[in-house]
Amino acid sequence: MQSRERMNKRATNAVALTVIWMAAIATVAALGTILVYVFVNGIGQITPSFIFTWPHGVNMEGGIWPTIQATVYVTGLSMLITTPIAVLAAVYLAEYAVQGRLVSTIRFAADSLASVPSIVMGLFGLAAFVEGMGMRLSVLAAALALSFLLLPIIVRTTEEAIRAVPKYIRWGSYGLGASKWQTVSRIVLPSAMPRITTGVILAAGRAMGETAVVIYTMGTMINGPVSPLDPGRTMPVHLMLMAQEGINMPGAYGTALLLVLLVLGFNLTARYIGRRNRRMQG
Amino acid sequence: MSDKLPSHVVTPGAGPAYDHGDKFKVEKLDFFYGGFNALTDISVSIKRHAVTAFIGPSGCGKSTFLRCLNRMNDLIPGTRVEGRITLDDHDVYGSGVDPVDLRRRVGMIFQQPNPFPMSIYDNVAYGPKLHGVRKKSELDAIVEESLKRANVWKEVKDILSRGGLTLSGGQQQRLCIARVLAVEPEVLLMDEPCSAIDPTSVQKIEDLMAELKDRITIVIVTHNMQQAARVSDYTAFFLQEVAGEPAHLVEYDRTASLFTTPKDRRTEDYITGRFG
Ligand SMILES: Nc1ncnc2c1ncn2[C@@H]1O[C@H](COP(=O)(O)OP(=O)(O)OP(=O)(O)O)[C@@H](O)[C@H]1O
Ligand SMILES: [Mg+2]
Repeated sequence: MQSRERMNKRATNAVALTVIWMAAIATVAALGTILVYVFVNGIGQITPSFIFTWPHGVNMEGGIWPTIQATVYVTGLSMLITTPIAVLAAVYLAEYAVQGRLVSTIRFAADSLASVPSIVMGLFGLAAFVEGMGMRLSVLAAALALSFLLLPIIVRTTEEAIRAVPKYIRWGSYGLGASKWQTVSRIVLPSAMPRITTGVILAAGRAMGETAVVIYTMGTMINGPVSPLDPGRTMPVHLMLMAQEGINMPGAYGTALLLVLLVLGFNLTARYIGRRNRRMQG
Repeated sequence: MSDKLPSHVVTPGAGPAYDHGDKFKVEKLDFFYGGFNALTDISVSIKRHAVTAFIGPSGCGKSTFLRCLNRMNDLIPGTRVEGRITLDDHDVYGSGVDPVDLRRRVGMIFQQPNPFPMSIYDNVAYGPKLHGVRKKSELDAIVEESLKRANVWKEVKDILSRGGLTLSGGQQQRLCIARVLAVEPEVLLMDEPCSAIDPTSVQKIEDLMAELKDRITIVIVTHNMQQAARVSDYTAFFLQEVAGEPAHLVEYDRTASLFTTPKDRRTEDYITGRFG
């Protein structure tokens, strides 16, 4: 009786372990397959001239430089707009707001905003910024629309980062006669900074790969935007247009590989900052 | 002095030669976490320029009481104080009192060393900077003086720019003491400052307490009877007799008397290790 029970337990355990193991393998394999696939198909394309020259001809042969420029531009501008607002909002939510109905409503709204399909956000950007505010298709309109997508993400990660600062560290500051704002600005935010940075970088990676929002708000013109009111074509949009009708598959794969490398680089940086921080504060 | 106090205030036995009067006077204090009455009817006076130890079993409200003295409990939502606490005869919970000022005067050290994630120097300079000291030479002097008083200067004088968190636990605790001393508090509240650190550091902290006494009033919570007996001049024994009921002050006396001739049976049982 007892031994059968024990065998059952052991069997259940083995089954559970196998399932978990297979799930883990599937996850890693999915990532690996994508990376290998993109890498194998795209690596032949990646040359200095592919990165640094302009496309030409009907099939968009040549390089993709202006799309890299547009991607970095819109991502940077969007982060510049979003980060301060999101961090201040998170500080308010975590430190100042009286925890209750209002705050949980705000949090629910933020979570819902984060789950709005990005194509809908693109349409909203088109209506609100491009047409409503007369910005026309522009980097600025796209950056603002992206902000709506990024805001809840950064607010959430920043709020968690702030809450993770141990209460003893805050009390240390209050115990020296520091006011709330002094404690928040000089102790809590610097302590939370590595985690906040990690969240911001991950959000930037998300923004770089975003297609639906930017195609509706900054268009598809290959021009290498300079002013924030210029339109432009980002890498994901370029990739989509090249692949859509199969007009330039090698170019599409090359762009895809560069984009993946950029986003991966961002994620690894975020991971590195997180790690270093854990070691320092250990 | 004692004849001016309300009759319910337990005064220590024969007044020692170094009695400089009362720093804190606590009268009929009750403390609540929401609906939970954690402390009841605490009346005690804390002597100026002496070390007072709070002892008692876990959960009997020693930390809670300590945090009443510098209004650190204000930071915990839903807490409430009844009764009266005075510091130098001024009501600590009076309407004109800014808790931020109070906490500068009444510094606090916690069980877990809590250096800020910044350099050793900046940790100590943090408080003075908050209160308006800007000149580098002045800050340098305060940092050195405070680290010396906290018995940690020798170990850190060559690594002032290193992160405070890279030090050992015991060094971190002394750094935290230096950080508090840098704002020249009148009172130092220490909540089990030695329970998470190495014996050498414990020794150094006990030494520095003896040295600080002539300028500062010290209150220490400790679970270590020997430590209480070694470092303190007065001892207060807290007890929560029934779970869920409020804790109260059982006995308060000069340390020498309390440990040799306790008046209350429960005190005797506790200090001889029969419970707790
Ligand atoms: N933030 C809080 N909210 C609600 N109850 C609390 C809170 N902090 C402490 N208590 C309760 O108040 C009582 C006294 O706790 P306190 O931490 O002051 O005891 P203590 O004597 O310091 O114990 P220890 O020796 O373990 O540190 C306990 O019953 C505890 O559960
Ligand atoms: Mg305690």
